[in-house]
Amino acid sequence: MNGSSYNIFNSSNYFGWSETQGVLEVIQILLPEIVLAVFSMIVLLGAVYSRKNKTTSIVFWGTATTFLLVSIFIIFRGAAVYTAFGGAFIDDLFSRYLKVLILLSAAIILMLSQDFLKRNNLFKFEYPILMTLSVVGMMMMVSAGDLMSLYMGLELQSLSLYVLASFSRDSVRSTEAGLKYFVLGALSSGMLLYGSSLIYGYSGSTVFSEIFITASANEKSLGFVFGLVFITIGMAFKVSAVPFHMWTPDVYEGAPTPVTAFLATAPKVAAMGLFARVVHDAFGGAFNDWSQILILLSVLSMLFGSIAAIGQKDIKRLMAYSSISHMGFALMGLTSGGLEGVQSMLIYMAIYVMMNIGTFAFIISMEVDGKPVSEINSLQMYSKTNPGRSMALLILMFSLAGIPPLLGFFGKFYVLKAAITSELYLLATAGVIASVIGAFYYLRIIYYIYFGENPRALDQTHSLFNQTVLVISALAMVLGVVNLFGLEFVSEIAANALVN
Amino acid sequence: MIFLRGDDAAAQNNAKLLALIATLATFLTSIFLYAGFDSANTDFQFVEDRDWLLGFSYKMGVDGISVLFVLLTTFLMPLVIASCWDVKHRVKEYMIALLFLETLMLGVFCALDLVLFYLFFEAGLIPMFLIIGIWGGANRIYASFKFFLYTLLGSVLMLVAIIAMYVDSGTTDIPTLFLHEFDAIPLEVLGIQVVGGLQSLMWLAFFASFAVKMPMWPFHTWLPDAHVQAPTAGSVVLAAILLKMGGYGFLRFSLPMFPIASELLGPVVLWMSVIAIIYTSLVALVQTDMKKLIAYSSVAHMGFVTMGIFTVNQQGIDGAIFQMISHGFISGALFLCVGVIYDRMHTREISAYGGLVNRMPGYALVFMLFTMANVGLPGTSGFVGEFLTIIGVFKVNTWIAVFATSGVVLSAAYALWLYRRVVMGDLIKESLRTITDMNLRERAIFTPLVVMTILLGIYPALILDVIGPSVGLLVENYEKSISVYSHSIISFSKY
Repeated sequence: MNGSSYNIFNSSNYFGWSETQGVLEVIQILLPEIVLAVFSMIVLLGAVYSRKNKTTSIVFWGTATTFLLVSIFIIFRGAAVYTAFGGAFIDDLFSRYLKVLILLSAAIILMLSQDFLKRNNLFKFEYPILMTLSVVGMMMMVSAGDLMSLYMGLELQSLSLYVLASFSRDSVRSTEAGLKYFVLGALSSGMLLYGSSLIYGYSGSTVFSEIFITASANEKSLGFVFGLVFITIGMAFKVSAVPFHMWTPDVYEGAPTPVTAFLATAPKVAAMGLFARVVHDAFGGAFNDWSQILILLSVLSMLFGSIAAIGQKDIKRLMAYSSISHMGFALMGLTSGGLEGVQSMLIYMAIYVMMNIGTFAFIISMEVDGKPVSEINSLQMYSKTNPGRSMALLILMFSLAGIPPLLGFFGKFYVLKAAITSELYLLATAGVIASVIGAFYYLRIIYYIYFGENPRALDQTHSLFNQTVLVISALAMVLGVVNLFGLEFVSEIAANALVN
Repeated sequence: MIFLRGDDAAAQNNAKLLALIATLATFLTSIFLYAGFDSANTDFQFVEDRDWLLGFSYKMGVDGISVLFVLLTTFLMPLVIASCWDVKHRVKEYMIALLFLETLMLGVFCALDLVLFYLFFEAGLIPMFLIIGIWGGANRIYASFKFFLYTLLGSVLMLVAIIAMYVDSGTTDIPTLFLHEFDAIPLEVLGIQVVGGLQSLMWLAFFASFAVKMPMWPFHTWLPDAHVQAPTAGSVVLAAILLKMGGYGFLRFSLPMFPIASELLGPVVLWMSVIAIIYTSLVALVQTDMKKLIAYSSVAHMGFVTMGIFTVNQQGIDGAIFQMISHGFISGALFLCVGVIYDRMHTREISAYGGLVNRMPGYALVFMLFTMANVGLPGTSGFVGEFLTIIGVFKVNTWIAVFATSGVVLSAAYALWLYRRVVMGDLIKESLRTITDMNLRERAIFTPLVVMTILLGIYPALILDVIGPSVGLLVENYEKSISVYSHSIISFSKY
């Protein structure tokens, strides 16, 4: 990272290319983001002028393909570290790992959504475009090296998501979800901004590397610590850690199911990545200050997420609480600090995304008489009518509960290992107890599917793609035991890039 | 050493046959294993080692202690499969669950890597949960949830300890861990002084898991529910094999890896075992449900096992292992006995039966044999185990031995009383007039069990010779570590 000027308002200095980098070089570094942004604008223009329904389908496929191509491009980028804009944008292995994860999950969820959207009259070209924009925002987030770029990425992501959450315009619940999400999201952004201004005030810079120096000082001013707390709270909102989780269940429930699936995967990855980035790159020297907050957030999320899910009747709400408790686990990894902590968080997020995509592939296609449903008891004795899918769901539920030998267990295992290595024994114990409590509601789903009494007929309307995703992710849960698909190694080098 | 993995039964109709063949083939494989096993050698044998994640390895092998559990499992599984020949409901899934369960159980007994062990240990919950939940009795939901969550709570604490052991020693290889000495320096945790330090904490975490699995009083409450609600095959597997995982765990981990903690906390376990023996025997006396009665008797017998293990002398541990193996045959057989009449009458209430001997002489004979074995009649395998453990305990604490012996009397009381109420007397119940004696299949299932029970009772060396050297080594190492640390041993009363 090249040190940047203290005066961020001196733009020629701030957008460093006048000194160190040419425009071409910057474009090269930001190529994936630029490609996606330009792509979304072109598609927007193109789609506005053509009123045919056919194009919508093309836009869906095109967007998914672009996601895939960009992620392949990122994979083949090698291990070099690039920075642009005077350190405001960092492209290293850590961010690449997360970007690939974000892009792949976005691509899969986009394809999963198609069927649902078509049948609910929501099949519009704006959907993939909004998704693309929020993906660009997420990619900016995980690459952020400056409080400014952090905020810009975060807002781009969030604003697109607010719209997506209320995408079903005629539905009261969806609109309500969008509005609620917007209001609380704005609140959290406000806190984040306030924290940023405090940090800027006390450290004199918005670039992480400069903040790092102030944070490493022995004597930290109160204002700086306040800033740190506010920024942490702002990010805790985004990962929906307790006690900043209030929006999650309502938004998950109200938003159209494919949007819920999207909310539960890619933005969570981005927010956790951002969290890791900020606490290491900017506040790495203030480990004791932020790790206390994170421990609290983690314990509360795990326990509350598990306990609150018990009474849920709606599977989308249940998944919301489940994701809260999963975020608690991921935060546990982050809290443990160091290489192992970040690595375990990265593994956890990857596995979490795999499980959630599989589960949502199923939830998206839950329908009775052509109407989407999300009550858990509509799954009564599903295994009678559809043994194959029930089996896949069974595996996914056990995996979400973290029962070995399924993949979900290994996520928990690495996190616990990181926590114990850092001697956070009580946190680890709280975590495993929360996972036992959490096991109950996953078992309850299995109970409905397998032990229930009166079969209720869910429609057999699964599209081929959704079925395939469901089965593949269930298979992945089983086969992952062999070598975790190499995740261990990849996440280690990614974590290495961040920690060193 | 590669065991036959449970094949997914392909055709619905052939599922049972295929499962039977698979289990029989596994049994034959394990016979070769037993034949090739060198009992004088105390090392692990037939070791297969592959690299796995993060320095863990897929390492399997057996020693004198585990080889018999492997045999027990493979021996019982064909009988279990044969016993559920009449199941009509979701046969294919049932067979898959049972075969999967067998794979996992064998894995538990063979694993030589802590993480691998944990994987098998806890994965066993999945098929058992489904077996109870799908094919169980009326109150199966409650029983399956209780079983799953209770056992899971125990195991996750063990998981924390396993990871802590890994962080402390840098390896999860079980033979290497035998040589590793964990800190026993007193620690302060949450303001409480813990004697034995890290060892005690780890020991307690393992204890939580194994004591629930075993199950020991007062952690046994899931067992009667699970047993009563489980289908016959599930009960048999649960009683005969799954419970043994707890005892196996104590022998494999608690004693050799945390000797100091075992020495410190062992007396508590002994007293808990005695309470288990007497208390659960008394509870068994008042049961009205046959399966529940046998379940409580299992808890009492497991009390003998834990008692034997924590005497840490040759007789005690020999007796404990013998007791586990023989209890595997006997309790399995008793549950099968209940299954036989349950299949005919669809009730397990003791009061619904009486005078069965008139219509079912063959059944009465078999049931009597296993009742006697359960009581510990000399000449049956039940006697040897109880006798050895009581000898072991006498060496350690006379009072405990006296109480434990009274438990034997109580077990005679409930077992014989059960037998009298079910089998003896006049056949006065109208509904029993048409009951038929065992058919050929049922006789075929019981024959090997009868043979084994009597054979082991007459010729116990069959087991004792195999386990002897391994147990000897275990005891020897245990005493060595204790004498090294003897200065640090503080009586439990101070704690």
